[in-house]
Amino acid sequence: MSVFELDHATLAFGDRVLWSGIDLQVQAGEFITVLGPNGSGKTTLLRVALGLLPLTSGSVRVLGHPPRRGSRALGYIPQQRIVDPATPVRARDLVRLGIDGDRWGPGRHSRQARIDELLEAVGASAYGDVPIGMLSGGEQQRVRVAQALASDPAILLCDEPLLSLDLRRQHEVTALIDATRRATGTAVIFVTHEINPVLPYTDRVVYLGPGGHAIGAPDDVLTSARLTALYDSPIEVVRAQGRVLIVGDDQHVHHTHDVHHPHHAHQENP
Amino acid sequence: MTAALTAVLASATTDPWWNRLFDFSNYGELLVLVHGSLIAGALLGLVGGLVGVFVMQRDLAFAVHGVSELSFAGAAAALLIGADVVVGSVAGSLLAAVLIGLLGARARDRNSIIGVLMPFGLGLGVLFLALYPGRAANKFGLLTGQIVSVDTARVQTMAVITVVVVGGLLLLWRPLTFAGVDPEVATARGVPVRGLSIAFMVLLGLAVAMAVQIVGALLVLSLLITPAAAATRVTASPIWVPVLAVVFAEVSAVGGILLALGASVPISPYITTISFVIYVVARQVGNARNRRGWVRRPTTLPVAEGGILG
Repeated sequence: MSVFELDHATLAFGDRVLWSGIDLQVQAGEFITVLGPNGSGKTTLLRVALGLLPLTSGSVRVLGHPPRRGSRALGYIPQQRIVDPATPVRARDLVRLGIDGDRWGPGRHSRQARIDELLEAVGASAYGDVPIGMLSGGEQQRVRVAQALASDPAILLCDEPLLSLDLRRQHEVTALIDATRRATGTAVIFVTHEINPVLPYTDRVVYLGPGGHAIGAPDDVLTSARLTALYDSPIEVVRAQGRVLIVGDDQHVHHTHDVHHPHHAHQENP
Repeated sequence: MTAALTAVLASATTDPWWNRLFDFSNYGELLVLVHGSLIAGALLGLVGGLVGVFVMQRDLAFAVHGVSELSFAGAAAALLIGADVVVGSVAGSLLAAVLIGLLGARARDRNSIIGVLMPFGLGLGVLFLALYPGRAANKFGLLTGQIVSVDTARVQTMAVITVVVVGGLLLLWRPLTFAGVDPEVATARGVPVRGLSIAFMVLLGLAVAMAVQIVGALLVLSLLITPAAAATRVTASPIWVPVLAVVFAEVSAVGGILLALGASVPISPYITTISFVIYVVARQVGNARNRRGWVRRPTTLPVAEGGILG
């Protein structure tokens, strides 16, 4: 049975159609990478899965049912963000919020054993008692994975978890997420600008382009011909030293020339 | 009661100023007279410490100040028309809190809305006080705090507010924390982030209205921010932060009232000074801890990480 299913799914805001007619069945344990330029509706796809946004037409199913807000079947890993070092929230407190932060009341039960187990699983035991604002970006994202795993989710939704991490941490975090899905059998839907760190683990790519979408194995989708069709403008896909470089109109292709993250340019000339 | 107070006040005015700061003669008698204030102070310490934890978490210090000015305007209006001052104060702060909650979802919006509301509220308050024909001490008290007496009726009102605020915070505790420290994931987990934000503003408004009665509109921050800020300096534990914040707020509020008993100046400077001193000490302790590091970590990480990349 597929854990996540889109059937002729279309999403539009007024006249602006983000994507339309997507058919997708995600199997348990599958690693799906969602690519596409800014504004192509990658994060919106996650919001649909979370039940925060209805489809314009078509249907979406999580574990065979329509999405429900606050479902424990979904784990969510956001992008790393700057946290004030004085914020009195420790790594273990963040994980605890993942366990029962959505329940009313002050919480009577101690969850120490479960929290320790989750921190252990992501290799974050050493800094469980450190305030999150004092952790490095990579350490924070490890804790995020532990938090997302707290509800034993069937699907991990990752929304740009690599953003603002350096290259080494990007590899570390993606390796951890991959190890997690192998260990727990959870499916992964991974929204990202950075193709290369996730490429070795990706089973299928969902590419959302301005001229439509493409779904399939990375080697089938990430080709000059397919992407040129998706962008309605000439795109060249270059493979070098096991990396994929997408070269094209800078205005449309963001994952190689992202203006907000100039250090990503290093990936092209390592 | 009035006679004793008048005597204190009368003797005070002829003494040199330092004698007016501390006077522990007839302490026992005074203690009986002001037990209402002590209860009010204790209630305020509990509410201030707990609310402060969430104010820090949500970065709402400026909002507290803005709400307190509107609360002052409400109280001044009540004074002018002869209504209950506490009711006026609650009405003013609830209005401000809900406005800020509804209009200022984002931090930048919120700060500009508070900046707009605050002088407007203060200005209205000044107008109402200028029109009010009664005693000057009443007027001054709303801004900078009472001298001593809090009557039984007012203590009862404050007790009701305390029950509502503390009960509300306990009920909302976990989702409110989730929405405050981790709004993105909280949203993904179905926590009603926006609704909680407005609910908290209402509780905050009630707490502010309560604090205005004791320390005055200008000094509300000393009990709603300083104790929680001090607590977060020395610990990050979700249990110890609220416990210490309440202890610090109690020591400031009740201690301040006890010190101020025989004096003929308002109690607020005692409260603000105690809470400030606690903060300074807590900051020193926190700095020492930051230098030492929060936990001992293994130092072999760089080697291990090098291995992953290969």
